[in-house]
Amino acid sequence: MNLTLKIWRQKGPQDKGKMVDYKVTEISEHMSFLEMMDVLNEQLINQGEEPVAFDHDCREGICGMCSMYINGEAHGPDRGVTTCQLHMRMFKDGDTITIEPFRAKAFPVIKDLVVDRSSFDRIQHAGGFISVNTSGNTQDANAILIDKHAADEAMDAATCIGCGACVASCKNSSAMLFVGAKVSQYALLPQGRVEATDRVQNMVAQMDLEGFGNCTNTGACEVECPKGISLENIARMNREFFSAKIKG
Amino acid sequence: MSVLDSKVPKGPLKDKWTDYKNHIDLVNPANKRNIDVIIVGTGLAGGSAAATLAELGYNVKAFCYQDSPRRAHSIAAQGGINAAKNYQGDGDSIYRLFYDTVKGGDYRSREANVYRLAEVSANIIDQCVAQGVPFARDYGGQLDNRSFGGVLVSRTFYAKGQTGQQLLLGAYSAMNRQIARGKIQMFNRHEMLDVVKVNGKARGIIARNLVTGEIERHSAHAVVIASGGYGNVYFLSTNAMGSNATAAWKIHKKGAFFANPCYTQIHPTCIPRSGDYQSKLTLMSESLRNDGRIWVPKKMEDVLAIREGKLKPTQIAEEDRDYYLERRYPAFGNLVPRDVASRAAKERCDAGYGVNATGEAVYLDFKSAIERYGNEQAKLHGLNNPSKEKITELGEGIVRAKYGNLFQMYEKIVDQDPYKTPMMIYPATHYTMGGVWVDYNLMTTVEGLYCIGEANFSDHGANRLGASALMQGLADGYFVLPYTIGDYLSNEIRTGAIPTDTPEFEEAEKAVTDQINFFINNKGSHSVDYFHKKLGKIMWDKCGMSRNAAGLKEAMSEIKAVREEFYKEVNVPGSANEMNPELEKAGRVADFLELGELFAKDALMREESCGGHFREESVELDGEQKGEAKRNDAEFAYVSAWEYKGEPADAVLHKEQLEFKDIELKQRSYK
Repeated sequence: MNLTLKIWRQKGPQDKGKMVDYKVTEISEHMSFLEMMDVLNEQLINQGEEPVAFDHDCREGICGMCSMYINGEAHGPDRGVTTCQLHMRMFKDGDTITIEPFRAKAFPVIKDLVVDRSSFDRIQHAGGFISVNTSGNTQDANAILIDKHAADEAMDAATCIGCGACVASCKNSSAMLFVGAKVSQYALLPQGRVEATDRVQNMVAQMDLEGFGNCTNTGACEVECPKGISLENIARMNREFFSAKIKG
Repeated sequence: MSVLDSKVPKGPLKDKWTDYKNHIDLVNPANKRNIDVIIVGTGLAGGSAAATLAELGYNVKAFCYQDSPRRAHSIAAQGGINAAKNYQGDGDSIYRLFYDTVKGGDYRSREANVYRLAEVSANIIDQCVAQGVPFARDYGGQLDNRSFGGVLVSRTFYAKGQTGQQLLLGAYSAMNRQIARGKIQMFNRHEMLDVVKVNGKARGIIARNLVTGEIERHSAHAVVIASGGYGNVYFLSTNAMGSNATAAWKIHKKGAFFANPCYTQIHPTCIPRSGDYQSKLTLMSESLRNDGRIWVPKKMEDVLAIREGKLKPTQIAEEDRDYYLERRYPAFGNLVPRDVASRAAKERCDAGYGVNATGEAVYLDFKSAIERYGNEQAKLHGLNNPSKEKITELGEGIVRAKYGNLFQMYEKIVDQDPYKTPMMIYPATHYTMGGVWVDYNLMTTVEGLYCIGEANFSDHGANRLGASALMQGLADGYFVLPYTIGDYLSNEIRTGAIPTDTPEFEEAEKAVTDQINFFINNKGSHSVDYFHKKLGKIMWDKCGMSRNAAGLKEAMSEIKAVREEFYKEVNVPGSANEMNPELEKAGRVADFLELGELFAKDALMREESCGGHFREESVELDGEQKGEAKRNDAEFAYVSAWEYKGEPADAVLHKEQLEFKDIELKQRSYK
């Protein structure tokens, strides 16, 4: 199929940036979206132009490196996938596709479609861990019995790949789905309960400091999340936060 | 006398590690604060090492090319992690895990290292659970296990089909705790481009800031390389797009020997390629072989009808299906080791029985498993005379719970529903057992320079068993390196901070800058990918699942020719002082173009078949094992460690003879 691409080009963080139109031809429906971008870049290189910079790595939907806001949706029109898993069969011949970076104050653009998501790392530094040394002098793994349902729910929360689609999709640029998922994973497990009070307060404080907005229960994040992280995690984080505040 | 000293401690196998730990020199906590360690790579090995060394009190500087340490490619490991816990009471033990690993590796690994790995394996699970890794559990609240290829026990712990992700996030969380304390200084979006040696010791690295293009000098008392494997030498592999061998290859060029490059794992269950534009291949976890049965049609007319779309695989009767693994290997069936399963798939496809348009695909079928689980569930739910549809529904539910994310991944890529029709799979490059040579301490042939995880060669011999890569990465990082590096650093307490304004740093930085400027100014006629694809094709055709002397010789000269053309004609757009992904790729492909040639040289030298290395000249000619790989222990029971001498073709071979005191060498039989 033949496509028109409207792509955000921005030389660097200080550059103003603009949308630029490109044409690609003979795109197979079996290609992944990023393979289509590879075709475009190969074309640009051969024409002596600069290729479009975009983040990507594993290309199987797990590393969370790829981003892109495609036709107004984080990771494009398909559900439950990252951009690297999006396939061209979702588009048709003659389509015009608009490709922008994830937009949020806390995700400044580095170049073209590449954004800086280090704010996510800093939230994790504030409390995204259980304070246990890696000495190996822990008790036997089966000494802690964990209810299967709790373990499964913790796993569902832990599935988050930290891509930032939730932030990009939110009209408030809120990171509460991301933070809620981490808070939930640990809050649901006995190992994580010990420091639950401090954790939720520290992580929320850092989240606010980074300039992410608040949650107004629109639910766009849940819809666009490639891993289907549930809004329940935000509710759980709120509960944890309020009870932490009461405990003081 | 070889220059290689493996430094394996004396004494009985089972006491070596304990005795070793009891007798090494320690560094007192106050002195650790004055010692810096650089770690390159933040996957399971690098991430766990960084966290542990920081906890111990060392100042750690960690580097990764991704935008966060959480994105290292360990995250993509699906199936699980092995540990000799014997929670299932099925006869597992440290010895059995050790034995399975040595046998699975086709007797080409170092006994003492493997035993240590098996010994610390159980500890890894304890550690990860304490960190909050949500492993799968049964209804009693205890940890669940599954089985993997090449073994007869269930010792694999898992977190859905995302075990690597959860273990990496565990290590990342441990790192975060130390980053918050200031004990780890994290350098995201940085790539190491050379190691700096001062008086023979590794004392730092030259790194490029991938955002600004700035070249930076970083010093330390020891340098640890944890940069993963070199599977992308094939261009197409299950590795991440950025996975590269540059750190490992640069240290090789500075004196670290490179061991067994020809030992590569071609994983049997990957999604077949669909066209020339393909940028990478996707793995379907080996855990699927627990429940999936692999087959091709028995009759050629069925094969042709399927290819033409006239027949569906579900329409082929049981008796017309060739479950070739069950036929050839009745004892292990669909759970034979990866190298055996891959070659068997290639054998069927070469014979013309491949089931897709390219002729390179076999079926992985879950119909029997869905029926089996469905019947089991019907009984559990007390259903009498359940309908066929009900059984299928119940069975699909169980399969979904076990492999749901993998099935979804398959459906998104191939656009077929694997619950209703069998998956198509074909082997693809997945893991590299070869790597930088290290001694028992995980130190390379350069003093103060360590190599851990997939980047080293040590534990998997010529073939790695499933769910053992995660085990090795975490064992190295959490439990082995923190001891062994201390023994070395105990001699560094009086060294003081290492300055970076010395001629050694100057020289290394200049070499890096010169190469970058060369690429930017070359303005050739082809993109980096053009050359990478050319290299990949040579590697796959001539150094792939089966190899022969003539092909390997051709590969060596062809790779050399591509390398020469690359330096003449490569085109790298943009400039050096900005984010420039093409420039990053150029440096990586330049190194692959050297590594590939050494790979072929190593494969040519090893005139035997062992593990992932199959030489067509070395097969069993008769008897029960006819057609199977034939090892040659008399002449090749050694590790080949190559010393860099300029051109890859001029590399000098050093041999580390392998001694098996606790295991009898036999032909692997999975029949």
